[in-house]
Amino acid sequence: MTACLEILGLDAAIRRGPRLLRNVSLSVAPGEVRALVGESGAGKSMIGKAVLGVLPRGIEVTSGDILLEGQNLGALSPGLRRRTVGAAAALIPQDPLTALNPSRRIGPQITDKLVHLLGWIRARADARARELLDEVRIRAPERVMASYPHELSGGMRQRVLIAAAFASEPRLIVADEPTTALDVTVQKQILRLIAELQARHNTAVLFVTHDLGVVAKVSQSVSVLFAGKVVEAGPTEALFRAPAHPYTRALMAATPRYTDPFASLQPVPEAVLAGLRAEVAAEDAAREARNG
Amino acid sequence: MLLKTLLARLASMVITLFGVAVVVFVIIRVAPGDPIAMMLPPGASDADVERLRALYGLDRSMPEQFLIWLGGVLQGDFGTSISLRQPVAGLVLGRLPATLELSALALVIALVLGGFLAIFGARHRATPLEAGVDLTNGAALSVPDFLWGLVLILLFGVLWPVLEISGRVSPRLDLPFATQFYLVESILRLRFDLTADLLSHMIMPALALALPLAAIIAQLLKQSLKEVLNLDYVTLARVRGYSELRVILREGLRNAALPTLTLVGVQFTFLIGGTVIVERLFSYEGLGNMAIDAVINRDLPLIQGIVLLFAVIFILVNLAVDLTYSLLNPRLRHG
Repeated sequence: MTACLEILGLDAAIRRGPRLLRNVSLSVAPGEVRALVGESGAGKSMIGKAVLGVLPRGIEVTSGDILLEGQNLGALSPGLRRRTVGAAAALIPQDPLTALNPSRRIGPQITDKLVHLLGWIRARADARARELLDEVRIRAPERVMASYPHELSGGMRQRVLIAAAFASEPRLIVADEPTTALDVTVQKQILRLIAELQARHNTAVLFVTHDLGVVAKVSQSVSVLFAGKVVEAGPTEALFRAPAHPYTRALMAATPRYTDPFASLQPVPEAVLAGLRAEVAAEDAAREARNG
Repeated sequence: MLLKTLLARLASMVITLFGVAVVVFVIIRVAPGDPIAMMLPPGASDADVERLRALYGLDRSMPEQFLIWLGGVLQGDFGTSISLRQPVAGLVLGRLPATLELSALALVIALVLGGFLAIFGARHRATPLEAGVDLTNGAALSVPDFLWGLVLILLFGVLWPVLEISGRVSPRLDLPFATQFYLVESILRLRFDLTADLLSHMIMPALALALPLAAIIAQLLKQSLKEVLNLDYVTLARVRGYSELRVILREGLRNAALPTLTLVGVQFTFLIGGTVIVERLFSYEGLGNMAIDAVINRDLPLIQGIVLLFAVIFILVNLAVDLTYSLLNPRLRHG
């Protein structure tokens, strides 16, 4: 079975500046949730943005391939790439408060893509939006669709964004720290919702997070990143049972546990960091050698 | 809620107008120049001067004059023009449509031109094309409206004479109009031959008034657009597969327009102020041209009437801006 998303040797850098992604390879099978985990600045969001083609200005992919449903995105013209990604993928953003257009009603923000990109008729798109809002347990879909974003709470807006992401039946969803900006109580509900819809629609998900607790709950496989380099990857269960890389072990030791809230949290040891820096330097040297 | 706001605005409008009336009334009487002396031939006797002075009520004290004038205004009588010997209200209202049409045309040109430049510049941000837009803006802004008028006359009136340089409409034409809103009426009556003639007179003064405003709109709107285009909901729209132009028009423009709108309101009142000198330049028979004649002739009642009308226009423009603002911003509409 071909992977839904396959990333091969992806490198990204600030134009005429430092490398941000270092030879990243990973794949997500249809219906699989792969977590991308790492500290701030490890480049985990950058991978999602590179896939969706929305890297910030000044950051560019320097080498490597991204295959979406077997199609090499780098080989497509910009317009075709945009439409291909739009049709096959969707994004659940980090901050629901800024991810909805404040001057437009909710309804069209969900149905726009269905009507304009996928060519659905308006009535069918509206029915689809109601259906999805129902799936994310919004009680009065009609009323919410007629509302403006400022009339909804943060949790409600994230539900709307989840509904919008699933509405077009994408094969892949990039979830970019979708619970980070929410209250802890709301976080759990949102995670459960994403897991539920993902399973029902059999969607592949690239789940970006810095929270190992979240990784354990939602994902089947995980890639651990440090400085834009995948240091360890594998099935989530195996990785949690027997983390091979010292950095993964250190990250686990740095995660708070509900079962033992008073256990002291351990920062990542200096020796581990030194080892990681050596690995990154070796990767940079390897690239130098490849490029001659 | 809305009614309360409206009443408050109305009250502040009355106070503002009263203040304007007092200031104008005092200033034009304190300033040098005697309207009576302008009317009489040289060598008129002192008795003649006194008689005329009494006729126009200028022999009374200033507060007394003000109260008489105010009493008239409250009954809709704005006095009689000294130089034209006709009721001020009729004169001023007869000229108002010409100025309104010119200002409105200038505003439309400024919005279209400025909006186009802003969208074009934002679409091609961080490229030489954006620098070109900035350069154009700088040029349009650093030249005042009356100078643009002269440049335009030189270009399209003299070097390549395709436009009319003087007046509002060609005098040889038969005008079937019932109101003074010539441009509007010519369109409603489907007399597009007259519309064309009116436009060939109005384009240059309107463009002269519009260019500086267009530059301001372009600059501010482009800046707001560039800020808005970095926001999360715009990124989300890009992920949905929309083209950059569609993203700008659909997601960016409305939110970016809000700060620009406030400024356009203020700047539009400046534009109306600019009609005074630009109308003179093109011999356009509007309120501004009449204002200059009134000042030259020391026609006190007429000056008062015109200034009061300008004040009313400014206040109404500001009110219109506030209303449009709340219409565009759903957060204010429900607030």
